[in-house]
Amino acid sequence: MRAPRALAAFWAEFSESRIAVAALAVLLVIVGLTILAPVVTPQDPYDLASLDLSDARRPPGHVGTGGYVHLLGTDAQGRDLLSAMIYGLRISLEMGMLAGAIALTIGATMGVLAAFLGGRFEALVMRIVDLQLSFPAILLALVLSALLGKGKGQLVAALVAAQYAYFARTAHGAAVAERGKDYVEAALSVPLPVRRVIFRHILPNCLPPLIVVATVQVANSIALEATLSFLGLGLPATEPSLGMLIANGFQYLLSGRYWISIYPGIALIVLIVSINVVGDQIRDQLNPRLKR
Amino acid sequence: MLGFVIQRLLQAVLVMIAMSILVFVGVYAIGNPIDVLLSPDADQRIRAETIARYGLDRPLWEQYLVFAGRLLQGDFGRSFIFGISVFDLVMSRLPATLELTLAATLGATLIGVPLGMYAGYRPNGALSKGIMAASVLGFSVPTFWIGIVLIFTFAVNLAWLPAGQRGATAALFGVEWSFLTVDGLRHLLLPALNLSLFKLALMIRLARAGTREVMLGETVRFARAAGLREGTILRRHVLKLIAIPLVTVFGLELASTLAFAVVTETIFSWPGVGKLIIDSISTLDRPVMVSYLVLVAFLFITINLIVDLSYALLDPRIRRGRG
Repeated sequence: MRAPRALAAFWAEFSESRIAVAALAVLLVIVGLTILAPVVTPQDPYDLASLDLSDARRPPGHVGTGGYVHLLGTDAQGRDLLSAMIYGLRISLEMGMLAGAIALTIGATMGVLAAFLGGRFEALVMRIVDLQLSFPAILLALVLSALLGKGKGQLVAALVAAQYAYFARTAHGAAVAERGKDYVEAALSVPLPVRRVIFRHILPNCLPPLIVVATVQVANSIALEATLSFLGLGLPATEPSLGMLIANGFQYLLSGRYWISIYPGIALIVLIVSINVVGDQIRDQLNPRLKR
Repeated sequence: MLGFVIQRLLQAVLVMIAMSILVFVGVYAIGNPIDVLLSPDADQRIRAETIARYGLDRPLWEQYLVFAGRLLQGDFGRSFIFGISVFDLVMSRLPATLELTLAATLGATLIGVPLGMYAGYRPNGALSKGIMAASVLGFSVPTFWIGIVLIFTFAVNLAWLPAGQRGATAALFGVEWSFLTVDGLRHLLLPALNLSLFKLALMIRLARAGTREVMLGETVRFARAAGLREGTILRRHVLKLIAIPLVTVFGLELASTLAFAVVTETIFSWPGVGKLIIDSISTLDRPVMVSYLVLVAFLFITINLIVDLSYALLDPRIRRGRG
């Protein structure tokens, strides 16, 4: 098998960049924490019975009625902020990856089909994509989530609609370069069914640039989701993502209770920046022009 | 060329119609504005009267046609909440947004271009690497979070600058502007800085890439051979050569800044159109939402049309090619 060896070579090159490895480690720790959230957090922030209002808005280091130290303080409902943040990261990651995966699937299929079928279909699809890319993604997501209302499904739909176009354009560009190549010609003259050629032969060869776009878009989705939730448009109050935690703390910021807003924000940025750093490294490695 | 212009114009009109239908139907689908307009204990007669007054009892397509017909006459309807014409409402908020957007875009260009040119001039210097690292942060950190940090640092901790609102304004051409008073300027500084950071990062990137390319070219070699000083070369020649893409992006970004202004205006309680749309979404003020969205769509379609046409003017291949 060639794949494991290629993967090992990829990792060897990846590990040369210390920053990228550090970012990947941070990312893995975050993912691990969010998966193990019920085990590692001192409190279940959704369990209203465990909340005590006398614990509300306590600074970091306060020992609450629960008998344990609130390392990062508590929020306005008396929730342990660290626990709320880990659960918030969980929701943010979930939304970002779900939206990224769906946008990738829809966008890549559209782009590859457009490149392969050509003609009017291609012109129409790419015109729509171009048009959409000329609108800022945040405006589109804002409008859509305002129209669709609050909720996980609605939010993912808004994020996907705002982002699939990036995948479509990338896949289209890569597939146009592939469709003229000899192996496609050969596969078609065997003849293999067109569907098989598109999905088994062309699509895999378009994957490298798509992977790069995917990492960037997952980070963008997370930032978008946080922005929408901050504006009060994204998720309902029962699903407190990082953006909502920040928004909830914002009103207390002016009175100097900085931790309710600042710590979830730092978590958000660490998440986004580490995804971007890992994505940058993958991009550099997959870019043939930068190969030594 | 004429055929190309007509084709693009028609396309723009079609897109505009499609967008207006989409927005109208979409907005129609959210909640029932009657629940917002009337108190729950309003009797049946008042309910029916209000519904008839706003035309909410008629079928959707009829409401759209009435809306589109009025739109063409420049009548954007009446705000449910404020009770005044939406056009007047948006116009009264527009100067605040324009002021903020212009200040942010100008600031980003005036600071970003010199920084980017320096980073392109000395790509391996420590300062250049610092500038580029900062620009990566500018790209990846969400605008709303930077706004919060700015408020926390400069308004809460240091208490140097106010945390929101427009401050004192002064009239010019019958419109109130913040930048004409010292107090207004103090209020403008933080939101403008917040809004400009993303653009600043973009300008740095563009100026750096352009400068790196131009520095390797013949122009700079000849200028050096002619004995010009490096500063003169950068200011007189390199700046001119990298200006065209910068100007294009400046124009395009001016429009997308409007979108980002929504976030900044909300954080800093800046009373512009962005704050208006967020407020109208939460109060289900349907005419304001529809008009804002249609106006923004119109703005973007117009800008794209102008960009398309000017590219065709500059590049004959586009004119003949993609018919």
